[in-house]
Amino acid sequence: MMHTVYLQAEQLVVRIGQHAACCGLDLQVEAGQHWAILGRNGAGKSTLLSVLAGLRPPTDGRVTVNQQTYREMGARQAAQWRGWLAQQQGDAFASSVLETAVAGRHPHLARWDWEGENDLRIARQALLAVGLHAFEARDVQTLSGGERQRLAIATLLCQQPHLFLLDEPLTHLDLNHQVAVLDLFRAQTDAGAAIVSVLHDPGLAWRYASHVLLVHGDGRTEQGRRDDILTSERLSALYGHPLQRFELNGQVGFLPG
Amino acid sequence: MPTRRRALLILLALALLALASLGLALTAGSLSIGLPDIAASLLGQTVAGSDIILQLRLPRALAGFACGGLLALAGALMQVLLRNPLADPYVLGISGGAGVGAMAAMLFGLPLFLIDGLAFAGALGTMLLVFGLAHGDGSWTQTRLLLTGVIVAAGCGALIALMLSVAPETKLHSMLFWLMGDLGQSYSWWPALLTLALVLLLTAPFARELNLLARGLQQAQALGVAVNRLRYAIYLLASLATAASVTTAGSVGFVGLVVPHLVRMAIGNDQRLLLPAAALAGGALLVLADTAARTLIAPQQLPVGVLTALIGVPVFLYLLSRAGLRR
Repeated sequence: MMHTVYLQAEQLVVRIGQHAACCGLDLQVEAGQHWAILGRNGAGKSTLLSVLAGLRPPTDGRVTVNQQTYREMGARQAAQWRGWLAQQQGDAFASSVLETAVAGRHPHLARWDWEGENDLRIARQALLAVGLHAFEARDVQTLSGGERQRLAIATLLCQQPHLFLLDEPLTHLDLNHQVAVLDLFRAQTDAGAAIVSVLHDPGLAWRYASHVLLVHGDGRTEQGRRDDILTSERLSALYGHPLQRFELNGQVGFLPG
Repeated sequence: MPTRRRALLILLALALLALASLGLALTAGSLSIGLPDIAASLLGQTVAGSDIILQLRLPRALAGFACGGLLALAGALMQVLLRNPLADPYVLGISGGAGVGAMAAMLFGLPLFLIDGLAFAGALGTMLLVFGLAHGDGSWTQTRLLLTGVIVAAGCGALIALMLSVAPETKLHSMLFWLMGDLGQSYSWWPALLTLALVLLLTAPFARELNLLARGLQQAQALGVAVNRLRYAIYLLASLATAASVTTAGSVGFVGLVVPHLVRMAIGNDQRLLLPAAALAGGALLVLADTAARTLIAPQQLPVGVLTALIGVPVFLYLLSRAGLRR
């Protein structure tokens, strides 16, 4: 399983108007790795992630998942491979929590299939994993922000992709749920999945990511193993604010100076 | 979430309701005809009232059923396409375009089939215009589509008002009836019924993908829906359904907005069930409303669009208050 490349970017250019998120980025994400993307607000982290997810075309360069471009794969096959967690969840219509979770089974169902016992079992397991098992019948429009975010994660778990692309997975979550969710995703990488996540807390990135990609917002990026990238010098330069690294009981954190 | 079995049962019940509404439409009228006589004339035997059944009431009831079904279906599709519960089949200006065509034809005293023809041409014209303008730079966002549609509809409204204000009084009555929605002036029923069957058949394979589209564009795309192709197809089909209905019965209001909501409140938002259920319920509602429209103060007839609103508003408000309590 090791060294299987799940996601590859070659000479990737992502531009939003005049602004460049990356210029000529080469990136290889292998099975079992968790890449954290860090950068300032507006640096283009989310846009880069949606390009990596095949949701918008790159300005230049190429993205492949399991050696195929998204175009070659087609939407359905791509969805069996990679899952994407949106930064924000919006529900225009009422829908039950269970229905919303089981929507993640879509790429695994044939055109005329209806969700069966097996799909419901997977959905209930996912709801249990995010602590929403008691909410099955609730309308999604009545959930709190944190509950809705955990439901989105349950939908993603139902999809059972090999590659998880997470746009700020900790939005709206309390500290305990932040750690629980990241533990949940660690179990996925332990089982052989790969993850790329946009995070805001370098401490949590240190704790959960194996690799880090810094997006400076002017086209420059830095990447490497967690310990090489998460230094106070690099992070201070990234955020344009002095950061101090400290260690406590084997955990590393960063405090703004 | 409905199981396939439950979905079929619900559809069966609604189909029976639709049949009952058609039966009522055939019996009711200035000449009351019993069910045995109706069955006999439908089977081709000549009895008293056969002509009324076959020439007048049946075509009108079928046209009503088709138009109600088309409007409810188009409304449900537009609500998903725009991810907006307030969307209805007319929100993108299609009825306005049809209205401009029909008013012009009536103003110049053209025969009935040309009124329908110009109405259909107007509907297709606005559909292409809105699509072209909203597509413009290729971004095609929901907001942009909605705004373009609303503005084009407003323009059509102005043109219609202009034609009404210069129209001679002899023509004003039928023009107003057309605008309010009236089945008495429909030229033929089968194009609408055929379109209804066609749109239902073409949307059925994509119904689960529509469920995802209702949850958001990118979410749907990430879960394996070819979003752009699906949206083009839905826009086209919903517009076609609206055009067919408006051409046949004028701008019958209310059905397209409210029937999808009624059905959604009763059975949930699974498009696999919602789309055919809305078509059946919309058809039944319009047949009942039209039967009332031509019998309530007979021999005078009311425009059916007025009746759909008078029946629908209290039912909708009742269900809304119940749904609010349950939550």
